Amino acid sequence: MTSHAASGNDVHAASNPNTLVNFGFWVYLMSDVIIFSMLFTMFVTVSTHYNGGPSGRDLFELRDVFFETMALLFSSITFGMAMLSMHARRKSQVLLWLLITFVFGALFVGLEVHEFLGLVHEGAGPWTSAFLSAFFTLVGTHGTHVTFGLIWIAVMIGQVAVKGVTAPVASRLMRLALFWHFLDIVWIAVFSTVYLSGVM
Amino acid sequence: MDIFGKLTIHAIPYDNAIIFSADILMAVVGLSVIAAITYFGQWKYLYNEWLTSVDHKKIGVMYIIIAFVFLLRGFVDALMMRAQQAFAGPGMSGYLPPDHFAELFTGHGTMMIFFMGMPFLIGLMNIAVPTQIGARDVAFPYLNAVSLWLTASAGMLVMASLAIGQFSEAGWTGYAPYSGIKASPGVGVDYWIWALQISGIGTTITGINFFVTIIKERAPGMTFMRMPLFTWTTLCTNILMVLAFPALTVVLALLTLDRYVGTHFFTSGGGGNQMMYVNMFWVWGHPEVYILILPAFGVFSEVVATYSNKRIFGYTSLVYATMVIALLSFTVWVHHFFTMGQDPVRNSIFAIATMVIGVPTGVKIYDWLFTMFRGRISFNLPMLWTLGFIITFTIGGMTGVMLAIPGIDFKMHNSLFLVAHFHNVLIPGMLFGLFAGYHYWFPKAFGFRLDEKWGARSFWGWLIGFYLAFMPLYVLGLMGMPRRMVTYNDPAWQPFLIVAAIGALFVLFGVISMIIQLIVSVRDREQLRDTTGDPWNGRTLEWSTSSPPADYNFAVIPTVEDRDAFAYMKEHGTAYKRPEKYNDIHMPKNTIAGFVIGGLSFFLGFALIWHIWWLAIASGLGMLATVIARGCQDDVEFVIPAAEVERIENERYRRLEEAGVA
Repeated sequence: MTSHAASGNDVHAASNPNTLVNFGFWVYLMSDVIIFSMLFTMFVTVSTHYNGGPSGRDLFELRDVFFETMALLFSSITFGMAMLSMHARRKSQVLLWLLITFVFGALFVGLEVHEFLGLVHEGAGPWTSAFLSAFFTLVGTHGTHVTFGLIWIAVMIGQVAVKGVTAPVASRLMRLALFWHFLDIVWIAVFSTVYLSGVM
Repeated sequence: MDIFGKLTIHAIPYDNAIIFSADILMAVVGLSVIAAITYFGQWKYLYNEWLTSVDHKKIGVMYIIIAFVFLLRGFVDALMMRAQQAFAGPGMSGYLPPDHFAELFTGHGTMMIFFMGMPFLIGLMNIAVPTQIGARDVAFPYLNAVSLWLTASAGMLVMASLAIGQFSEAGWTGYAPYSGIKASPGVGVDYWIWALQISGIGTTITGINFFVTIIKERAPGMTFMRMPLFTWTTLCTNILMVLAFPALTVVLALLTLDRYVGTHFFTSGGGGNQMMYVNMFWVWGHPEVYILILPAFGVFSEVVATYSNKRIFGYTSLVYATMVIALLSFTVWVHHFFTMGQDPVRNSIFAIATMVIGVPTGVKIYDWLFTMFRGRISFNLPMLWTLGFIITFTIGGMTGVMLAIPGIDFKMHNSLFLVAHFHNVLIPGMLFGLFAGYHYWFPKAFGFRLDEKWGARSFWGWLIGFYLAFMPLYVLGLMGMPRRMVTYNDPAWQPFLIVAAIGALFVLFGVISMIIQLIVSVRDREQLRDTTGDPWNGRTLEWSTSSPPADYNFAVIPTVEDRDAFAYMKEHGTAYKRPEKYNDIHMPKNTIAGFVIGGLSFFLGFALIWHIWWLAIASGLGMLATVIARGCQDDVEFVIPAAEVERIENERYRRLEEAGVA
């Protein structure tokens, strides 16, 4: 409110447009939290409904999931590096770190798709049991988010390359960072609830 | 013919006389609208002023147009159901086959909630909230357009189901496993799923948009406890939208996977859990009740204060009551299924939480009554609707407390008593409030008032019709008649159903009067003209602008000194004061992106319903491309120069001087 009082009557927005959009994006992330919590609830409710099919202990390879996790966590670090370069207004470094982030993110999605295909091949597809339905849906929803994040990174690589680190581009990178780190946090919950509890 | 998926010529119901004539009517109306626009050469105007508009005032008007279209359709469904049950007693079969009757009650509920109630209240929010808080637009004008066109496209899917294929027969709640692929293999449930999914995403975006708008865009001096009450209820409603609608998104998505992929979330076999559907549905569904009703409570608060010519009684208690209702709305969902089989302790907890909601609601009723007490009341149309609401809603609230007692609910659930109860809260609580807001803000949106005579006729038609149509249903519920029956064998039920059908005819009179009122008001608009922008001696900031407001709403953002900001200005002689100078105003540019995204979502939904995969992929990619293209634009604002602002404002002051207020 103070920023508004200071700005008088010459601008249409009460506050700094960046703060406004970032705040809106936060609120969107909160609605996404509800989406994931509903999926977690569903998963936990049917996590032992194997329908005579395989359980998590039979299916999950913690070693593969470990690599997946590392790929995603590293991508968060490299995104942090991209943000540091952004604040220093070093265009080529931003591009480089975004590219590395993209590679790690794509590696994560690739490993997940590989895991899914392997499960289906073993006869443990999402139609096998309620447990597997919920598993594929929860993990897949996270994977879909990461995929959209990858598209967004690609678009931002294009924007940085063409426009440079302008104020609007930097503002969008801020929100992409929020989104990317948010997906990391969700993955920690997925890893603990689905995989760790599944094999224990 | 793989390229059309499951779609064949047999999807058009030309063998069903009733539906097919409705289709022809729909086609005739649609074609005449297109022909009229072409004949009068209005396509360019429509494109520049409406389809590409990001102005909250125009978006609000378009939302309310959608709401009225679906009010008519949903009401015709209601008339047909009343007519069926009146003539379906022992030895009679009425005139409708059971599957058509099932589509009617499903469509009626779906349309009245998602395509009448929601667009209506979002429309009022759009028209009133930015001007109430002294803002020039919502926080995200382009997203506002996206929400509108997603809602419009979802409504078009419901319309399409009448002509191509069929609509769901699984009730508006779509309970699994009946809505699953085994029991409902047709496209009806898919139409229901995608219409709700698309409009629901639009609503979530609206919730984010208005939440941010109210938190961040208030005029200087407007602290939280100085916000108008409609803005307060809108704020709480939008919090509920952001937190509750994602639950609907998930439950619909899981049902979709069950139907399309063969997963086992809610199926009878495979380890599925049908009660999870009911739980997750009502985790959204009960907050939804308050999403529908809180904005109406806000309208009543504005209306009661304005037409009693005094400050609202108990502002603080109304604010806290609103917040408590919003909070409690997440703690009562189990009362929709006390009979699920959970233990009595759990039922008791939810029963008590449900009854507790009656307390803040009762506080509100008393606040409105005390506002009227010793006020100088003028009985304009919004006030009539408010009075009708207070009395009728109180009855509905009390039957709600009855149903909150699990012992009674075991007996009464799924009966017409329940149907009578929720109509008895939603019609006065939501619809009367929306009508009050429609009459209250109509002059603000269009610059002239609505005709009082036909408005009063409409009110009495609705009120008398309501009592005749729904009081018999309470009795029928107590007599044991279940809901959704296409025929019945108990002769004692029929007289009550005939009375209910007569009640529906009274409501029909109310609906027709409302249409006549609109026509008469447009005809007499010069006599009904609002020249000052303040036809009701209003108390909040939206009445300090012209009617309709300029594109920028406020040439100079007002400074708020008191709770009833505009009433304060009028008392202290600061209203209508000319500013020393005008500045350039930055406004958002129009964009077609919202319309394109919405339009493509119709094709996406249609393609998914009919399994036309290439079209689904193409429209999905088109939507993604539009989002990306828009996301890469940096220059989304334009400037209204100070000189232009001064010209518009001088014209406004000339009219104000003519009217003798400035």
